[in-house]
Amino acid sequence: MPAESPLQTPVTEPTRPSRPSYRPHVDDPMPAVSDAPVVFALDKLEVFYGAFRAVRDVSLEIHKNEITAFIGPSGCGKTTVLRCLNRMNDLIPGARVGGKITYHGIELYGPEVSATEVRRRIGMVFQKPNPFPKSIYENIAFGPRVNGIRERAKLDEIVEKSLRAAALWDEVKDRLHGSALAMSGGQQQRLCIARTIAVEPEVVLMDEPCSALDPIATARIEELMRELKRTFTIVIVTHNMQQAARVSDRTAFFTAEVDPKAERRTGVLVEFDVTARIFSNPREERTENYITGRFG
Amino acid sequence: MRHPGDPILAISLEPRLTWRTVKNWIMTGLMVAAFVAITIPLIAILYSLVSRGASVALRSFPEFFTATIPVVSRRAGPGMGPAIVGTLLCTGGATLIAVPLGILGAVYLHEYGKASKFAKVVRFMAMVMTGVPSIVMGLFVYVLWTMKFGYSAFGGALALACLMLPIVIGATEQMLRLVPDHMREAAFALGASKSRVIVTVVLPAALPGILSGCLLAIARAAGETAPLIFTIGAATDYNPHLFDNANTALSAQIFSNATSSFAAAQERAWGAALTLVVLTFLLTLIARIVAARFAAKR
Repeated sequence: MPAESPLQTPVTEPTRPSRPSYRPHVDDPMPAVSDAPVVFALDKLEVFYGAFRAVRDVSLEIHKNEITAFIGPSGCGKTTVLRCLNRMNDLIPGARVGGKITYHGIELYGPEVSATEVRRRIGMVFQKPNPFPKSIYENIAFGPRVNGIRERAKLDEIVEKSLRAAALWDEVKDRLHGSALAMSGGQQQRLCIARTIAVEPEVVLMDEPCSALDPIATARIEELMRELKRTFTIVIVTHNMQQAARVSDRTAFFTAEVDPKAERRTGVLVEFDVTARIFSNPREERTENYITGRFG
Repeated sequence: MRHPGDPILAISLEPRLTWRTVKNWIMTGLMVAAFVAITIPLIAILYSLVSRGASVALRSFPEFFTATIPVVSRRAGPGMGPAIVGTLLCTGGATLIAVPLGILGAVYLHEYGKASKFAKVVRFMAMVMTGVPSIVMGLFVYVLWTMKFGYSAFGGALALACLMLPIVIGATEQMLRLVPDHMREAAFALGASKSRVIVTVVLPAALPGILSGCLLAIARAAGETAPLIFTIGAATDYNPHLFDNANTALSAQIFSNATSSFAAAQERAWGAALTLVVLTFLLTLIARIVAARFAAKR
């Protein structure tokens, strides 16, 4: 990390309109990733669990066909914010959302929005691989069946396509009807990714998808994510800063502020920017301290 | 410190006699004793059942299970056929009532009601119901059903269902609690509705446990005597009708024959007892095989 002042003026965006926004920034340390359409817009989002405010003041935009990473120390509300994006927090009794989230301009928590419909478009991969105790085939076919697909041939096709997209087909094609629980952890997580993309969502949310995996399995999932962002918009929560730096286009850094009265921690968004800038030249000192390992 | 090349000094890895080892012996001894203590009555029951019942049941082999019950209990001779049919009718009917109702109730309690006031009341009532003596259930059905519609196997089924219901609810709710939440979340995240999540993910995952719970309830109901005496009356001939006329059951026959002073009747009671145990055993076996079939998929 260069020992420059963290309070530098922001680097102006290079204007190269023709380049694709999802180009991995390994080629270029400072890519232009601003022209992609906005999928989610969060405006002063706050989340309560009962009377306790878990997160406040989160304003950011998530762009199409990009990978957006949420980083920050434990308990800073990354996962809470992620779970708002497909209304998974609805399942937690007492959870309440304030502020505004729009998805393609539609208010996500509007009165006429069905959480079930939202989740059909916005899939989720969880921290711990959680395949159903069914066969590999049945795991993938679950989502399409929910959407009313009944024909065997169509389901076969979706299963193969999804497993290929998750780079799992060659490993499991001979035991599609074997138990999903007999697979290794890395394979199970790729199965969960395949299961998620089988319903052809627009967005895939990933909640620390690699935290239970070894480095080789992690590398495969990251490779997969770069592949998948051509088709999907990805939001990933990670504890692993290197992972955020490696795969994401934009990064949001969260931290927890201790409320001295209630003695509870409330998560806040500190900084949201292009990943390359967050990791080379952050505007906030707290971000710099975190990414250089001085805090958190 | 040992240097490379030094010879390994004599070390002993043999067990030493310490208080810890002694405690280990004592506890192991106690556990074996407890195991033997609970096995003795079990083996004694099985032994007396088989030794006394098998000769009765096998002396006139197929007839014992098919012939009708002698009207005059003093007369020797085979016959428990009507009682077998009656037991199957009563427990079968009770199962058809209590299992669907119990599973649905448990699904409500765990997936919908959760900690709501109504769910808490229902849960408490079910718990209280577990402790109600079976004869009270019999009395309850006698007053509510039998006094109006007369003796029938259905009355017995109702009484047994009252006994089974809290067991089924309790066992099912316990099993639903064991289904991890992350499995429900996975299904919700795919856009499944709540009912679909329950039917296609939660219930299949809990099925083997639910099945065991139901079996326990059925086995208990099959052996009940008190609620049946009130509700099904007495019969010596076949009555395959669920809703009409008095019926009989193996447990009722065991009771009436064993309390008789005639040797022939007492013999039949042993035969009936063995038949009941074998019937329950077969039922358990079948259900286990079915459950294993389902479980093979996971």
